[in-house]
Amino acid sequence: MSLYLPHERQRRALGVYLVLAVFMVTLAIAFFRIQVLRSSTWELRAESNRIRQLPVPTPRGIIYDREGRILADNVPGYAITVLPGPIDSVRATLNRMSEYVQLPASEVDRVLSTMQRFGREVVVDADADFAVVSAIQERRAEFPGVYVEMRPRRRYALGGAAAHVLGYVGEVTAEELESEEFLGERYTRGMIVGKTGIEKQYESMLQGRQGLKYVEFDARGRIVGDFTGVSTDEGEAGSELHLNIDLELQQWIDHIFPDTMAGAVVALDPADGGVLALYSAPTFDPNAFVGGIDPTLWAGLATDERKPLFDRSVLGLYPPASTWKLAAAGIALDLGVVVPDEHMQVPCTGGWYWGNRYWRCWDAGGHGYQTLAEAIGNSCDVYFYQLGLRVGLDQMLRRATDIGFSRRCGVDLPQESQGIFPEDRTWWERNFGYRATEGEVLNLAIGQGPNSQTPLKIAQFYLALARDNVSAPAPMVVRGEPIAEGWGLNLAPEHIEAMREGLRMVTAPGGTAHFGTALEHWEVIGKTGTGQNAQSAQDHAWFAGMAGPPGAPPEIVVAVIVEFGDAGSTVASPIASKTADYYLRRKHGIPVDTIQTYGEHLRVGRPAPWYRRRFPPRGEGT
Amino acid sequence: MIRLLRLWTVDARLVGAIAGLTLFGIAMIYSAGEVHIPNPVTDEAWLRQLLWFAIALVAFTALARVPPRWIEWVAVPAYVVSIVLLAITLVIGTGSGTAAGVRSWIAVGGLSFQPAEVAKLATVLVVARLLSQRGTKLNTLRDLMAPAALVGLPLGLVVLQPDIGTAMAFVGILFAMLFWAGTPVALLVLVASPVVSLFISYDTRLWSWYILAVIGFLYFYRYRLFLFESVTVVLANFAAATISRPLWNSLATYQQNRILVYLDPEVDPRGAGYQVIQSKVSVGSGGLLGQGFTLGPQKRYDFLPAQHTDFIFSVVGEELGFVGTVFAIAAFTYVLMRLVQLAERSPDPFAGLVLLGIFGAWLVHIFVNIGMTVGLVPITGIPLPFVSYGGTFVLMSWVATAIAVRVAHER
Repeated sequence: MSLYLPHERQRRALGVYLVLAVFMVTLAIAFFRIQVLRSSTWELRAESNRIRQLPVPTPRGIIYDREGRILADNVPGYAITVLPGPIDSVRATLNRMSEYVQLPASEVDRVLSTMQRFGREVVVDADADFAVVSAIQERRAEFPGVYVEMRPRRRYALGGAAAHVLGYVGEVTAEELESEEFLGERYTRGMIVGKTGIEKQYESMLQGRQGLKYVEFDARGRIVGDFTGVSTDEGEAGSELHLNIDLELQQWIDHIFPDTMAGAVVALDPADGGVLALYSAPTFDPNAFVGGIDPTLWAGLATDERKPLFDRSVLGLYPPASTWKLAAAGIALDLGVVVPDEHMQVPCTGGWYWGNRYWRCWDAGGHGYQTLAEAIGNSCDVYFYQLGLRVGLDQMLRRATDIGFSRRCGVDLPQESQGIFPEDRTWWERNFGYRATEGEVLNLAIGQGPNSQTPLKIAQFYLALARDNVSAPAPMVVRGEPIAEGWGLNLAPEHIEAMREGLRMVTAPGGTAHFGTALEHWEVIGKTGTGQNAQSAQDHAWFAGMAGPPGAPPEIVVAVIVEFGDAGSTVASPIASKTADYYLRRKHGIPVDTIQTYGEHLRVGRPAPWYRRRFPPRGEGT
Repeated sequence: MIRLLRLWTVDARLVGAIAGLTLFGIAMIYSAGEVHIPNPVTDEAWLRQLLWFAIALVAFTALARVPPRWIEWVAVPAYVVSIVLLAITLVIGTGSGTAAGVRSWIAVGGLSFQPAEVAKLATVLVVARLLSQRGTKLNTLRDLMAPAALVGLPLGLVVLQPDIGTAMAFVGILFAMLFWAGTPVALLVLVASPVVSLFISYDTRLWSWYILAVIGFLYFYRYRLFLFESVTVVLANFAAATISRPLWNSLATYQQNRILVYLDPEVDPRGAGYQVIQSKVSVGSGGLLGQGFTLGPQKRYDFLPAQHTDFIFSVVGEELGFVGTVFAIAAFTYVLMRLVQLAERSPDPFAGLVLLGIFGAWLVHIFVNIGMTVGLVPITGIPLPFVSYGGTFVLMSWVATAIAVRVAHER
C-alpha cells in the first residue's frame, strides 16, 4: 500500500512532530512566562494568600496611686477572633462555637454584619475563659478562621471602691472610631479603649501602640503559625500613670460609706489641689466591664434606681445649702461690706421681716446678735439674709460667677457637671419667666434658690479656704503640675481666719457637728448643710470642711454628701471626719483605729481619755 | 540482567520513560499528601497508586506478549462493550472525588472505574482496524464519515456525562488517526472550521470575515472536493454560528463560568476562577527552582484544589519550579515523540494507526491538563497520564502502553 510506504510515513511523522512541537513549546513558553518572568508577582500573591497581618495587643499603662501602689494593671487573658471569609461558613463556624462560648443569635448577627461592613477580623469574645480557649484549640480543624490570642486583660485592684474615678475599658465601638478622638491609624476595630473616668481621660497615654504580626493561614482559614519571614512588631506598651489618689483612703471611704446610702465623698490635698479620693456610692465592679459586660448585668446596672453607674462626685448636682454660706461670707468680706467682728443690725429672733414676707431662720429659737464667725457656727439664716442684702444681688451673682459656681472645676475627668448658678438677673427671665427681685439674694446668701453644685465644686471652694493664698487650682486626679489657678477671693488673712473660726465653732463643743467630728489627733473644722430637695421629705446631708493637726494648717479638705441623709451633722460629718482621720493618721504614722470620732466612742462605750485633753471643759483649761 | 529488563520492556525507551513518569507521579502524589493538616484521602494516596502501578506492570507484562492478532480481534468486541458501558454509565454512573456532579464512574464492588478510559482505547483499535483496511487516502468528506461516526458515538456519550475533557481526547484520537491515514491537512482544517465558527460567532463582523475566508479556501480547494461537500462545510459553519447562542444558554452555569473564567479568572476569584488562580499562584510562586519537594505552601495549606489528581502539575510547578516543569514537559514530549517514531518505523498500517491514536489521546490529555494549570486551556476534569492519581487510569495508561509496544514491535 502506497499510503504506508516509508517515505510517506516519514513525511507524515514530520507533520506530527511539528504539531507536537507547537503544543509543547506553547506549554513551555506559558510556564516560562509565569514561572520566570512573572514569578515575583505570583510569589507575592502566594504570600498574601496565606499570610495575614494581625494586631498584637499591647498592655495598657499601669495606673498607680500616689504611693506607687497599683490601682489598675493587666493580667493575661484570651481573645477569640474570627477572620473574614465566606459569610455562610463564618456563620456555621460561629454556630459551632456557640457550644462553647455564650453566643446568642443577635451576637452572631453583629459579628457577621461588622465583618461584612469592614471586611476584617472581628473579636467574638475579648475575654474568653481558659477552658473555652483550650476546647477551641483542641478542635482547631473545626474552627476555620478562628484565631485565639493572648490579650492583656485589665484588672482593677480596688474593684468598686474606685470604679467611678478610674472608669473602665471596653472594645471600641464603630461610633467611637469615627469620632475625632480615635481617628488615625492608631485605633482599629477590636481594640480596647477607656470608656469612662481616668481610663478615658488619659486614653492616648494609657493605650500605647498596637503591634503587628504576620500569621500564616491555610485555605480554610486555619492557623498554621507565625510567619517568620517578617519580624513581628511588638508594639509599645501604654505609659504608666501616677494618680494623686490614695488607694487605701479610697478603700477606706468605700468601707465606711453606709451601704444603703447614696452619695459622694471628695478629698483634696490643700497643698496642690490633688484629688486624694473621689468616691461615689453606690458603686459597681469595673472588672465586670472588661472584655464585654454580660448583657443582663448591664441591664441591671443601667436600670437600677440607685444609679450605680452615675458618678455623683463630679456629675451629681445638689443644692449646696448652708455649705454655701461660706461663699456668701467670702464675697461679702472681699467686697468689704461686712467686718468679721461686727454684728448685723437686726439680731436673729428666729426670723426676719423683709419686704412683705417673714424670712425664717432654721432655728426658731433665734441666735441673737452674732459676729460673722458666730453666724457661721450657728449657720444663722437671719445674719446671712442681711449679709446678702449688703452684697446686693448683682454683686452676689457677679462674684459667685467669678468663683466659678456656674462653671466646671476643670478636673481631669472626661465628664463633669457644670454648676447651676445665675450669672446675672436675666437668668430668672430665661429660666423662670419673671424678673428677679432684690429679694432673690436672701435665698442665695443661705445657699438656697437656683443654686446646684457638684460635691467636687464645693470641695474646691473649701480648698480655697484651706489654702492661705486663698485660691483654688483645678483638682487633679493625675499627679503633675497644678493647673493655673482660676480664681481668688482676695481675702486678708484675718478674714480667712474669721471664716475658719466660724467653721471651728461648728465642730467645737456645743457645735452641731461636734460629736461626729471630734478626733483624738486632729482638728476638724467644717460646715454642715441640709439640702432640701424635691424628691423626698428627707434632705440631702452635706459636710464640707478641712482637717489637720491642731493649730497647724489643714492637710486635707473633705466634702461629703449623703443623699436623703437628713441633717449633715449626723450622717455626713462623721464620714468626713473619719476620712480625714484615716488619711492623717497614716500620713503622720499613727496607727489607724476604726473607732475614730468622739461620737463613735460614746456609742460603742469605749472611753476616750483624749477627749478632755483635746477639748478641755470651760474653766479647766488655761 | 539488563538484557532481560530490555527484553521485558519490549521497547526500553518508551516504557522506561513512562515508568519514570509513573514513579515521578507517585512521588508527586506523595508530596500532594504532605499537607499541614493530614487528609485521609490524600495522605496515603501514593501507596495506593504504587499498588496500582504494580498491578499495571503485571497487566503490561501480559499484554505486551499477546499475539497482535488478538489485539486486532478484540477491537470490535471491546468497542461494543465500551459503548454499552458508556450508555450504562449515563444511567447508573456516579461522580467521584472532585467531580462529584457528573456521571463518569461505574462502581463494581469496592472499585470504581471510568468506562471512558476503556472506550478510548477500544475506539483507537476499532478505528485503526477500519482505516488500516483502506488502501487509499481519505480525500472527501464522505471518506471521513465512517471513522468520524465510530469516534462520534463514544464522544457523544461522554459529552452527555458530561466530561468535556475526555471528549476532547476523542477528538484528538480522530484527528491524529485521520492524519496518519492520509487525510489532507486542508480537509481536516475544513472539518474543524465549524468549531471555530461556534466560538467566534459572538462577534458578527469577525465571524463574517471568517466565513468569507472559509469560502475562499473552498474555492481554491474546489478540485479536491465535491460541490455538495463544500456546501456542507459552509452550511456547517452557518449552523454552528446559529446554534452558538442557544448552545451557550443551554450550558449549566458552572460550565459557562468555566469558559468565562478562562477568559478572565479574576471575574470570580472566589468561585469559578478560584482553581485556576490558585493554580497559577502555585506555579508562579515556584519560580525557577521551586519551593522544594513537599514544601510548597500553596499545596501544604490547601489552597490548591485537587492537588493529587487533576492539578498535580501545579504541585510540580510549585515545588520543582520551571526546571521541574520543563523537565516533565520534555519527558512527556519524549514519550509522544517515541510513539510517532515507532509509528514511522512500523510498516504495518494497523500498528501505525494504533500508535497515532494513542498519541492523539495522550497529547490532548497532557496539553489540556498541563495547560489548564496556567490558564492556557479552560479547566476540564482531565487527568495527566501516568502522573495524576487514579487507579484505573494508571492501569489503562499502561494497558495502552502495552498495546503500543506490542503492535510496534510486531515484525
